[in-house]
This record gives sequence, C-alpha cells and structure tokens, in this order.
Amino acid sequence: MAKVLVVTSGKGGVGKTTSTAALGAALAQAGENVVVVDFDVGLRNLDLVMGAERRVVYDMINVIQGDAKLAQALIRDKRVDNLSLLPASQTRDKDALTNEGVAKIIEQLREKFDWIICDSPAGIEKGAMMAMRYADIAVVVTNPEVSSVRDSDRIIGMLDSKTLKAERDERMEKHLLLTRFDAGRAARGEMLKTEDVLEILSIPLLAIVPESVDVLNASNLGSPVTLNNPTSAAAKAYFDAARRLRGEQFEVSVPMQRKGFMGRLFGRRAVA
Amino acid sequence: MNLMAMFRRQRSAPVARERLQVLLAHERMAGSHSELLNQLREEILEVIAKHIKVDREKVNIKLDRGADVSTLEIDVEMPAAIPLVRARGAAAA
Repeated sequence: MAKVLVVTSGKGGVGKTTSTAALGAALAQAGENVVVVDFDVGLRNLDLVMGAERRVVYDMINVIQGDAKLAQALIRDKRVDNLSLLPASQTRDKDALTNEGVAKIIEQLREKFDWIICDSPAGIEKGAMMAMRYADIAVVVTNPEVSSVRDSDRIIGMLDSKTLKAERDERMEKHLLLTRFDAGRAARGEMLKTEDVLEILSIPLLAIVPESVDVLNASNLGSPVTLNNPTSAAAKAYFDAARRLRGEQFEVSVPMQRKGFMGRLFGRRAVA
Repeated sequence: MNLMAMFRRQRSAPVARERLQVLLAHERMAGSHSELLNQLREEILEVIAKHIKVDREKVNIKLDRGADVSTLEIDVEMPAAIPLVRARGAAAA
C-alpha cells in the first residue's frame, strides 16, 4: 500500500528540501516507485535541487484547478526511472491549495506510487498544514540547535492534532532526522548532543546527517546526494534512513568527519 | 585570538539543553494554561484599579518561567498622595 510521507520542520533552512530529494532518490534507488511533491507554493525549490528546474511545464495548482492532468504535471527523473517530481507553483497564491484539491491529488498519486514524499514549506501556514494533512508518516528534520528544536516540538504537536490521522484517532508515525550534525562540536559540548535532542523531542531517530560539503555540492549540481556522491557520509545516512523507512531495523550510526592530515593536526590542537 | 579563550572549553550545549527543556515544558501546556498568567495579570490589575488610579505605564510586570515554579511579579507604582478611586458606597451617598 502506498505511503504518504511528509518532510517537515517548522524552521526554515534546516534541510527539508535537500532531505526530501535525498530520501526520495534513496527510496527509488532501492527499487520503490517514488514521487516527491513540492508544497512550497511561491517559493518552490525542490525542482532546482532535483535538477529539473528547466523541465517544469505544469504544477500542482494547475492540476488542482483543472488546467492540466496529473500525468502532464509529473516530471520523471532522468537518472532514476522510478522517481518523479510534482512541482509547486511559483506564481500562484497559497490559497489555491484547497483541501479537496490536495486530497484528490494525493488519492491519485497513491494509485501510481509506493511513496509520496511531501516537501513542506517552512512555517506553520497553509502550505505546511496541507503538506502534513494527508501524511501517514512524518520525518521531522531538526538541526542540533535551540530554535530548530523548539520549532520541531511545535510541529510534532501539530502532527498529533492537525492531521487527518490525528482527527481519526490514528497514530502518526514520526521520525527524527538530525541534519547538519557535527560530531566533533557535539563531543566538545558546543552543540546539542543527539541524546539531548532525542530526549527533548522524544520521537525515534531515523538517521544523523553530518554537516557536509557533499550536500552543498549535490544541491549546486541539482542532483540528490545519494545519486551525486553515493559513497559520502551524508548519502550513507540517507540510504540508512530509506532502509529504516522500508522497515529494516538496525543501529543508527553517528557519522564521524573524515579529516585530512592538516585537519587532524589542527583539529586536535583546538580540542585541547 | 586570546590564548586563554582558545584553551578554555566552551560548553554551551548543556545550557541550551536546559533552556529548551524548561521552555518546551511550558509551551506544551498549550491553550488554557498558557493563557492563565495573562488572565491573572489582567484581573489583578482590574482589582487594583478599583481602588487606586493606576497609570498603566507605571505598572511593571515580570514573568519568570522556571522548571517547577513560575513567578508573576506585578509592580505598581503608588504615588505618595494616593489618588483613590471613590468607593462605590461613598459615591452613592
């Protein structure tokens, strides 16, 4: 049965869109039929991160308003056959995202795909509410930093009260994706530890994605990091996350930064 | 760079953790509870205003949300010659 997954956070800039792209690609690389859906009306970026920005013809609002068929708006990835993108509108108003319209699209997508991954906009406005409304599973993207943790807590509260699952008294499956993590700084007491964030938010950990130049490179090139640099630590974290989402159970590994000789020399000294 | 600062270990994470725990304990009691302090403030001021002319700008309100106990501090400046609001009974007489 198809699963609808929302990637959300409350706070902006924590890595929702790059995580949506990487998770979507990782699931597709594992053989699943995946569509990633951009809910950020007016500020769409998933197309850019996926490298499909020049191929957008129709968007979700066009489909909702009946100007295009869903199949016309879906963009199939050029690298992975079983990965598609449904872009958000760049020009229309958020109010065009109607409850019925979104419900109908999600219903149609459920028939075509195994995974429907909804990239939520930042904030708690309509777009974010629509992105989470029909979800079965939520991935809460959090940075080990006070404002991000606070906003995640707020979003977790909304996942448990403002979604269809919540209204039906069903349990929303929630996972924490810790991003931009720096193991060294956490060890030195400069950054919240994984255990701190987990204790405060009390939802299970999906994976820890290290702060990494590979993620930035992947965005620059318009290719999810799991495709662009599959052997990188960041890609490994997303592959692990995808395996867990598919039901595998195994220990979460804390990514350590690999350092060059100079880095090791000076890195040590700074720690002392 | 200050050499001492370089060697002094910076441990801000435990502080972040504690601040978050206190803050979120309060934010999670959404709704009626979070409004309670605001309501108390308004009602207390109303009671004071019944007896003393209160200059709203001279009312200092402090709130400290702690882990176990919160304090609401209302500091009303009273002039030496208190401009009393006439008691209702006296006004009727």
